Formats: sequence, structure tokens, C-alpha cells
Amino acid sequence: MPISLKDEAVIVGIGQTDFTKNSGRSELQLAAECVKAAIADAGLEPADVDGMTTFTLDSNDEIEVARSVGCGDLSFYSRIPYGGGAAVGIVHQAAMAVATGAANYVVGYRALNGRSGQRYSQGVAGDIVTSDLVHWGWYMPFGLLTPTSWVAMFTQRYMHVTGCKSTDLAEVSIATREHAVNNPNAFFHGRPLSLEDHQTARMICSPLRLYDCCQETDGGCAFVVTTRERAADLAQPGAVIRGIAQGSADDQEQMTSFYRPEIERLPEMELVARQVYAMSGLGPEEIDAAIIYDAFSSIVLFQLEAFGFCGIGEGKDFVQDGALGREGRLPTNTHGGQLSEAYIHGINGVNEGVRLIRGSSVNQPAKNDHVLVTAGVGVPTSAMILGQL
Amino acid sequence: MSELEKKKTEFEARIREFVGLPEGPPYLCPDAVNEAMIRHWCDAMGDQNPAYLDADAAAETVHGGLVAPPTMLQSWEMRGYPMHDATRLLPQNNQRKLHAAFDEAGYTGVVATDTEQEYARYLRPGDRITAETTIESISEEKATALGIGYFIVTRSVFSDEQGEEVGNLSFRVLKFKPAQEAQAAQESAAAPAKPTRIRSPYGHDNGWWWEACQEGRLLIQKCSGCGELRHPPRPMCGSCQSTEWDSIEASGRGSVYSFTVLHYPPIPGYDFPCPVGLIDLEEGTRICANIAGVEPEDIHIGMKVECMFDDVDEGLKLPFFYMVE
Repeated sequence: MPISLKDEAVIVGIGQTDFTKNSGRSELQLAAECVKAAIADAGLEPADVDGMTTFTLDSNDEIEVARSVGCGDLSFYSRIPYGGGAAVGIVHQAAMAVATGAANYVVGYRALNGRSGQRYSQGVAGDIVTSDLVHWGWYMPFGLLTPTSWVAMFTQRYMHVTGCKSTDLAEVSIATREHAVNNPNAFFHGRPLSLEDHQTARMICSPLRLYDCCQETDGGCAFVVTTRERAADLAQPGAVIRGIAQGSADDQEQMTSFYRPEIERLPEMELVARQVYAMSGLGPEEIDAAIIYDAFSSIVLFQLEAFGFCGIGEGKDFVQDGALGREGRLPTNTHGGQLSEAYIHGINGVNEGVRLIRGSSVNQPAKNDHVLVTAGVGVPTSAMILGQL
Repeated sequence: MSELEKKKTEFEARIREFVGLPEGPPYLCPDAVNEAMIRHWCDAMGDQNPAYLDADAAAETVHGGLVAPPTMLQSWEMRGYPMHDATRLLPQNNQRKLHAAFDEAGYTGVVATDTEQEYARYLRPGDRITAETTIESISEEKATALGIGYFIVTRSVFSDEQGEEVGNLSFRVLKFKPAQEAQAAQESAAAPAKPTRIRSPYGHDNGWWWEACQEGRLLIQKCSGCGELRHPPRPMCGSCQSTEWDSIEASGRGSVYSFTVLHYPPIPGYDFPCPVGLIDLEEGTRICANIAGVEPEDIHIGMKVECMFDDVDEGLKLPFFYMVE
């Protein structure tokens, strides 16, 4: 009988740095700070940690972070590729490690100087030295160099097929901004967004305008995962992982899966959705709140469809009338998301998912039995459903 | 007076001796006013006035027959290719002597700045024109964007066989010391190379495709095992796992499946706004490339397009998909 990860692992600590546009410190320091904070939040000591996991894109080696924080011996370390799709992927790594006994307490982290250092918005030019340069070579000569340009191609097709308008995308941006307005850690704290602001903002890559695009942020976020048994003795109410999965679908490319018969949906996220619902035994009607990866406004609509909150092509209708607000059908990205809080590659979303389960979000909805957290879009991708321990 | 000032005074005295002198003897234009030159000139200028081109229509106008466009005036006396090389003009030509004096003093640059023309009557086919050109004036020394120099104005008077003036024109050139040009050349030598588009690397799996582009051919990889077409190229067929492959040449015809118009950030080496499309080729594969020949706001999904190869940077030819009516 294969091991199921259902209810085997619990997120017991979360930590983060401040989110800024210029941290003034190294990425390693940001990593050390958020890891230390997550360990302290769990009521643990650094020496308790024996596993580490992060993104292949992270510049901070596990052993460097362990030395900096004073974690001592490590018996597990791993990395997950493909940008934001790794955010729940590394939770998955941690959950498997603790469930199998490879480690007892695994820290996941992501720390970057995303604004003052290497900026994703500046494109993939020149300094790529990885083996996927050939892949980018199909796009670079034509000017498709930025995440916005890649996602714009999907979004244009989606709008053509579904009738979705730019004003529908604005519903997503405005809803998440309303959450950020209440969040002192958010870049857009206290600064609401009007429909007019959204519609008159400059075009980045048609049809995506400025406020359809996420932040660029300096900062770090980390979390600690352990087993149910150990979690019961720790400082915080645990967020238990009811279902968790990764997914890369047929004909997958990194950000440019342009060659499928249809590109106006996310088969990789549909694959993840099937798995997390199957593992947890839950369905969309039992999800009380969600963290939906929002590097761009349009991909929230794609994912609402992939996770069955509405039919395919109906995301634009679902988000009307405040559905993503605290009182709405599906309170979503209650921290302000990556559009309005910070872009920490989805790990700030993981941490907000934990806060929603704890009941400590600044925009806490009344019901919080189950929270969906998704990560990544247009790349091999991941998601989980969190519940009460 | 410094040596420099003395030299300048001498130079100016020398050049001012030319003012009022004829460029040379009166010049009988080599061809009579004729319909062939008129037609060529109208072709080049895009002028379709029937008074210049259609004898029957011209007969119905106030002219009572074909006439030459007045602005052709100077073209009747143009001396063709020898004008390119002053040494091929007669040595007694005063304008040549004047320019030589400027050249010796370091004012080696020359640029035409403007002309003013007056017309006394329309010229008709058969008119024989004589031009008499005089060096009319030389300005004070001027500092211009091109360099320090002097404006020289010549006036040409055109007359017919009866000696009646048919028109005249002034022609102004600047003779200058191209100091700034030299400086600009220095600067451009020091400046970094002009930014170019980012090219794809050439590897085992894709180099052949990009090389065909440089020959203006759009290829599609074809599996030798099962015949499936695939793009972008890959080393193995996802359907039959064969590593044997060939390619076919695409017709270049297709339609827009999706697109985006890039506005920001304006990446050096690319023209913005920059339209990029996913094109469904009629062979069945899809390709990413730039869309051209259409205003960005007129691009739409389903639009018919056809591929043409354009040179974008030195040694880089790329496929562009142009809208087909």
C-alpha cells in the first residue's frame, strides 16, 4: 500500500522579512532572516531543523543558509525548478521528507532581491546560461523576453474565446488590492485601485496593462513542516496538508506552452487540481478561501476554472460582485496577492494560506476549514489544500 | 594681428574676389526641352498632371499643348555624373576655383542648403535653354551644427533662343570645416555597438532551422518514423520516439492564432510597439514570430498572414508574417 500524504504533514511555522523595493542586504541575509523567523514562530530552535528545500532559481545554497542560521546537521535537501510553480512544490518536498522520516523538521524558503537585484520584468536577455537557452531562442529574436509577454499571448486567446474583457481582469486586480489596503506589509497598503486607474494605466504587453502585472519585491519568506505528532507539541496551531501535488502536462513548455490545440486553459493546473481533490477527498464546494497564484490577473481566472469553482470560460463571471472579497463566495489572496502585497514567488501566498487556517489574516473570512493554495502558472506547477489540525 | 587672424583676412580677401564673377561662359543646355525627360521627372516625383504628360488633354488646357513642370528648371542644365567630381569640370570654372580655395583653407565639407526659384513662363518641348550662373554672394563666417563655414550663393538665369529670360534660381551651399564630423566619427568609434535583437543560440536540435532562415526558408521538422510535423524542433518524436527526421519547406501561409503587442519595457534592438503572433501554418504546426504590414490595433485573431523574410540586423534574417488582404 503506497503512502498517501493526506494529513501526514503540517506547516507549523511561518516567517518573512520586510518587503521592500531595495532591501540593502544580501539575498543570503534575507534567507537567513526569514528562516530564523519561521523556526521561532514554530517554537523551535535552529538545531531542530534537519531538512531544507527551495527553488532552483534561489541563489542561496541550503548549506549556506543552514550555516548562517546555525541549523547544524541536515539529512534532507532538495530543489524544485520552474519559477513560481515551485512554491507549493517545495512544501510537497518537505511533506514527503517528514512523512517518510527522511527529516523531522524541514524548512522551505525563498529569498530574492527581486527589485534591486535581478528583475524578472527586464527579461531573459543575455545572462541566461542554462540549458534551456535553446527553448528561449524560439522567442527572444521576436521580442518575447518577459513573463508579461508570454502570459499576454495566452490571455489574448482566452479573451477571444471566452469574451472576457479587460474590465473583467480589473475585477481581480481591484479585489486583491482591496485586501492589500488593509495589510501593513503590502506595498499597496492604504492605496486602493479604481477601475479607471486600471483602465488608464499604461499597456505593458497587450492585452495586459500595468495593474494586471505583479510586483517586483526584495524580501524572503520561509515555513517549517513537520509530522502531525510533532506538530501537536508546537507553538502555533498547525495547518495540516490534506492534499498536495505537482503537475506538468502534455506538451508543457516553461511559460510558453503555445503549441497545444487550445492555449486558453491550464492543463497542468487541471492535473494538479484532480490530484489534490483526490488526495484530500474534498471538492471545490468545500474550499472556504484560496490563495491563487497571481503573477498576472488573467491567470487567476484560468485557475478558478481549472479548480472547478466555475465552468471553463466562466472565470470572468465568477469574479463579479465581490466574489473574491472577504464576504464573497471565495475570499482570495487575502494578503493582497503578488499583484498588491509582494512578489516572493508564491511563498508569501503559502504563508498567508497558513494564516487563514490559523485565523490570523488581516482579512480573515469567517469560515476557514479548508484553504486552497496554488503556485505557478504556465510552468510545471503545484497546489495544496490546507486544513485545521 | 595674430598670424591666425592675418591668414583669415587674406583668405577672406581671396574668396571675396570671386563675388560677382560668372561661374564660366554661358552654358547651352545639352538637350532641348523634351517629352521623355518630362515623363521621367513626373514619374520620379509622382506628378500625374496631364498638362505635362498627355498631349491631347494638354491641348485642351490654357497652355494649348504639352508644357514642362516649372520646377524642372534646373534639371535642364544638370551636367550628369561629371558634377560628382569637380576635377572633371573645366579648370577655368570659377566655382571650381572658389571651392578649391576653400578646400585649401580646410573648409573641405560642402552641403547644399536651399534654393529659390522664379519662373517667367512655362517651357515647351523644343525650347533650347541657355544657363548663365554667377557667384552672387559669400556670407560672413558662420558657426553651424556641421562646423564653421561660409554660405555661397550662386544665381542661374535661364533664357531661350530669343534671349528672353524664362526663369532664374538662387542656390546656396555651405562650405565648412568638418571638425564636428571628425569628432562624431571619433565618438562613434568609441561608442558601444548598436544594440541588436537577441539571437537564438545554434545547437544540434535547432541550428539547422535558423540556418535555413538565413537563406529565407521556413522549415518544419518532419519525423521520418511516423511523418508527424513538429515545431519547435526536438531531437525525438513524441509520438513514435524516432530520432530520425527530415524537414519540409512551409508555404508560409497561415492565420493568427493569438498575438500580443509589446509596449514595455522597450528592449534595445527591437522596434516598439512590437507585435508578436502565434501563427497557425496551413501545414498544421504553429510558430511564434513578429507580425508586420499592419497597424498594431488592426491585428486580430484569425487574420490571414503570409511569411516573408526580412533582414533585421547584420547577418540576421527573421520570418515576418504580413497581413494578406
